Amino acid sequence: MSTAITHTAILTGRSLRGIWRMPVFLVMNLVQPIMWLLLFGQLFKSVVDIPGFGAGGNYLEFLTPGVVMMMALFASAWAGTTYIQDMDRGVMDRFLTSPTNRGALMVSSLLYQGMTTVVQTLMVIGIAWLTGARFHGGVSGLLLLLLAAVLLTAVFGALSNAVALLLRQQQALIGISQLLTLPLMFLSSAIMNTKLSPQWVQNVAAYNPFEWSVIVGRQALSAAPDWASIWWHLGLLAALALVMTWVATRAFRAYQRST
Amino acid sequence: MGSTIIESGSDTALAAVDLHKSYGGGRGRPPVKALDGLGFTAATGSVFALLGPNGAGKSTTVKILATLSRADSGTATVAGIDVQRHPERVRRAIGFVAQRPVTDPMDTGRENLVLAGRLQGMGARDAKARAGELLDRFALTDAARRLVRGYSGGMARKLDVAMGLMHRPQVLFLDEPTTGLDPQARAEMWAEIERMARDERMTILLTTHYLEEADKLAARLAIVDHGRIVAGGSPEELKNELHGDSVVIELDTAAARPAAAVTETVVRAQEALARLGTLRDIVMDDDVLRARADNGARALPHVLAALETAGVGVVSAAVARPSLDDVYLRHTGHTFASAQAGQAVAERAGDLAEVAR
Ligand SMILES: Nc1ncnc2c1ncn2[C@@H]1O[C@H](COP(=O)(O)OP(=O)(O)OP(=O)(O)O)[C@@H](O)[C@H]1O
Ligand SMILES: [Mg+2]
Repeated sequence: MSTAITHTAILTGRSLRGIWRMPVFLVMNLVQPIMWLLLFGQLFKSVVDIPGFGAGGNYLEFLTPGVVMMMALFASAWAGTTYIQDMDRGVMDRFLTSPTNRGALMVSSLLYQGMTTVVQTLMVIGIAWLTGARFHGGVSGLLLLLLAAVLLTAVFGALSNAVALLLRQQQALIGISQLLTLPLMFLSSAIMNTKLSPQWVQNVAAYNPFEWSVIVGRQALSAAPDWASIWWHLGLLAALALVMTWVATRAFRAYQRST
Repeated sequence: MGSTIIESGSDTALAAVDLHKSYGGGRGRPPVKALDGLGFTAATGSVFALLGPNGAGKSTTVKILATLSRADSGTATVAGIDVQRHPERVRRAIGFVAQRPVTDPMDTGRENLVLAGRLQGMGARDAKARAGELLDRFALTDAARRLVRGYSGGMARKLDVAMGLMHRPQVLFLDEPTTGLDPQARAEMWAEIERMARDERMTILLTTHYLEEADKLAARLAIVDHGRIVAGGSPEELKNELHGDSVVIELDTAAARPAAAVTETVVRAQEALARLGTLRDIVMDDDVLRARADNGARALPHVLAALETAGVGVVSAAVARPSLDDVYLRHTGHTFASAQAGQAVAERAGDLAEVAR
């Protein structure tokens, strides 16, 4: 167990060193949330006027938790590209022929993704605040939003890593993540209140992990959170994150069988 | 000549028995048979070389022994540990230097080494000290703090080998360790490999395309072709098995054109020599004829006379004591040089790509 923890720490350290050496990445992470917030914020500004939308008349405030989760979803769906890079560079084979803990390989990748999600989330919140959005959840609300975003990252980061280990191809991974992320995003209340959508969308959204995280985030930032809903959806996300991490760790075996 | 060389004694560091491995061909294509009953043993503290043409199954063998890949059937032990049953324990005992680079280009040389050591369970201080030692030994100290992305091919290769040595493994796998090194760096690498086997009693499994390298370093070697071992023994034993000298004759086919006439010349030459009967194992390689004779010097005049009678011109003729090249030719059916030609082109293309970068 202590080996697993040590390995997780040093492998996470390696990933963080890597990002530090690619400042372009940091800039991209700053530009993206601004783009989403301003783009969607302007495009859908007047949807709040539709009767029954709710959200107290401020679309930016409605949108912000949606953008937080969107960024987490998009970034984590790409997580596997780092694995593929490591495979192409032979680094993965070296890890797998040394007593590197398999769980640590998976968890360190998710931890690193989780950390970037935290930074991104804080940036989105900061930018939204600067452009006039106000949130009422306080520090605990913010922490719950972060927790939901990190759990969402773990779910899709693990899935992306598993796909990377099974398919080993950058194009295939990117194709699958695009195929997955866009429908997940539109079958949710991230940018549009699902109460205004057809019934079937609402039904499907109930099973959408991305929607779970949006619900938690939006409730956590609201003036009167629905605590039962928050804990229930956080529980679902946590359980799914655990299962996905376990499954993805098993995928190392499949990778080695075909090496 | 069996497909398995068994070396008796409890001093066996590596043993592979009847390994089979196929890779899925993908989309309806038949699977590729990479290993087809390969087996060998290597003694502790010795250098054992696997030699063979491209695609023979050398890397596949190394990957199975290093626990990266799994055999479809057969067994293998490394340092007395079964690779299928206790891969974790095997991984502590081995260093693995793959054919392709294994270092992270976005880390510095030192960071790469320290990370490898830490993953092997070394403490931070130990790992740093050992990294410094190895950087020194491979003359990389000046580059230690630079990103590996900026290393030359040879520097990166030396770092790859250093990575495999961090935790002082009992068994070291080196898959083509000197490919891409300049002659000086290659000589240094050879000296280092010899020293490690001798002073540290490390068992080293080496794959190589350089016959010279196997001849110089390996106590024993095995020639691999089509996923099985076609010959094995010490370099001396293998050469002695050939009995006699090698005879190499370059036929004059320049006058004979078109291609059909070349073939005809070659056929005439072969028929003439078959009638003469003093040459064995005749193999044609374009317009170069290779064969064996009990006494090359005595046979040569008769051979030349027979060729002249048959109307075949000769550009050059040579007699030599058997070399590992001849062993290779005998067992794989093609000369080493022609097996390598394809690879050399690919390598040169790779070098050019590197220069372009
Ligand atoms: N991951 C893989 N997937 C599919 N086929 C593979 C894979 N690895 C190896 N092969 C095939 O298995 C055979 C043996 O390959 P291997 O890499 O062991 O050869 P090698 O002796 O190391 O050759 P080289 O001298 O070119 O390195 C080849 O036909 C190769 O195409
Ligand atoms: Mg190879």
